[in-house]
Amino acid sequence: MNFTVQSNIALTKDVYKMVLEGDTSGTRAGQFVEVLLEGHFLRRPISVADWSDKTLTLIYKVVGVGTSDMSKIEIGKSLDILTALGNGYELELAGTNPLLIGGGVGVPPTYALAKRLTEKGIKPTVIMGFNTKSEVFYEEEFKALGCTVFVATADGTYGTKGFVTNVITDKEITPTHYYTCGPLAMIKAVEAGTSADGQASFEERMGCGFGACMGCTIITTNGAKRVCKDGPVFKKGEVLW
Amino acid sequence: MVDLKVNLAGLWLDNPIIPASGCFGYGEEFKDFYDINILGSFSFKGTTKEPREGNKTPRIAECDSGMLNAVGLQNPGIDYVAETILPKIKGYFNKPVVANIGGFSVEEFCHCAKIMDNIDNVGIIEVNISCPNLHCGGVNFGSSEAAAAEVTAAVRSVVKNKPLFIKLSPNVTDIKSIAAACEGAGADGISLINTLVGMRIDIKTGRPVLANVTGGVSGNAIYPVALRAVYDVANTVKIPVMGIGGVDSAEKVIEMMMAGASAVQVGAANLRDPFICKKIIENLPVAAEKIGISSLSEIIRKSVV
Repeated sequence: MNFTVQSNIALTKDVYKMVLEGDTSGTRAGQFVEVLLEGHFLRRPISVADWSDKTLTLIYKVVGVGTSDMSKIEIGKSLDILTALGNGYELELAGTNPLLIGGGVGVPPTYALAKRLTEKGIKPTVIMGFNTKSEVFYEEEFKALGCTVFVATADGTYGTKGFVTNVITDKEITPTHYYTCGPLAMIKAVEAGTSADGQASFEERMGCGFGACMGCTIITTNGAKRVCKDGPVFKKGEVLW
Repeated sequence: MVDLKVNLAGLWLDNPIIPASGCFGYGEEFKDFYDINILGSFSFKGTTKEPREGNKTPRIAECDSGMLNAVGLQNPGIDYVAETILPKIKGYFNKPVVANIGGFSVEEFCHCAKIMDNIDNVGIIEVNISCPNLHCGGVNFGSSEAAAAEVTAAVRSVVKNKPLFIKLSPNVTDIKSIAAACEGAGADGISLINTLVGMRIDIKTGRPVLANVTGGVSGNAIYPVALRAVYDVANTVKIPVMGIGGVDSAEKVIEMMMAGASAVQVGAANLRDPFICKKIIENLPVAAEKIGISSLSEIIRKSVV
């Protein structure tokens, strides 16, 4: 599918936001896309931060040569993107008071989810975790949706000092369901630190992104699953760490 | 009109394009991108006697013009493929498939081949004696003439109904002699090449990127190596050859057929662009016509002396 870059701006030192125009039909919150970049053999899997019928918003961190090249792409450029990949979050399980927890560049898919939940009249509580103040992004965007937002920074330069789980404890948050995306250590801590059921979005190095190559296998209670096709979202307790 | 039909050890294909094993699953993911009935056939994910979960992750790395994988033959096992997947394939692919089988012993290869030999929508049995990502007591059947001949002869004795292809590794001193040994032991054809062994290191940590340390290199980068191997083997054996390695365009298909391939498998390019085989099949008549080719069959081994 062809998309045209409408904007590509830095949100922090190494996190960028790219808005593209193209056909987003079939997209669900928690899904990802695979972006083909000139000069790189494999596509880059990037989570969907937001979308409308005609626009797609991707928020990505520069972690290597591919995403570095992506950050330099100019407005008007056409990109080949595979869309609506993976299973996405199950919104039906949210209940009346869901908790959304994003860690670092795991925040973007929780924004797509927050937007869909608020459209259904559900105002989620949001906890965002970062290493330090300069890494924080999208706090205002979540607030604009009407979400209650807490920020934790590991070094205490902004919000609660510590991790997202410190916020859960300190603020005595007891959600009906949780949705999370971020580093594996954070997902583990969230799973252990909340009594509610929840869903987590996982990350793995991928070959294809659509289930063909068996590159991103994860072992679950239901056997070997593909993060790209059977995931990236798995239920609490499903993944065998 | 360019005639795209080719004959592969008695099996007629509408065109020479066959997605390679490991890059096409069992076809299911690709049927959602396009009608895969346009393919000549497809070679399904390497299947072993028992189900396998494969290697630890990360299993995928990238390189200039290619990629590395160390999947380690993750598959649901031959019984599940025979009883559940192959009947299901009929629902979205109305041609015979290439059954790619892997194994850790001669007995295992024979066990899997015997089952595949009696399934109606299997057109060819392709025995993978060349997976670089398995550690089975140092045994690699594809790396010596004697071992390759032993597997071929044993599988030959149980395969009565289907053409038998042996898939060879490029990670050997002389692929020609191994191909000749397979031909001598009764193979109906040779598939080549499997991936080249390679590795990447993350310079931030100093650790190999792949959990398996090494992996198989595939993609455009290996095309000239594959072409040379196909050319050499086609010069050595009389049985048909399936060319594999770095093919991503109609022009490269034509080139590989001239080097000796009767059919061409497309591997890693499917992972980069799921529509690549469709594009190649659509471009083949155009690319052939441009250089005055009216029948693809006629160019097989054109460059072989």
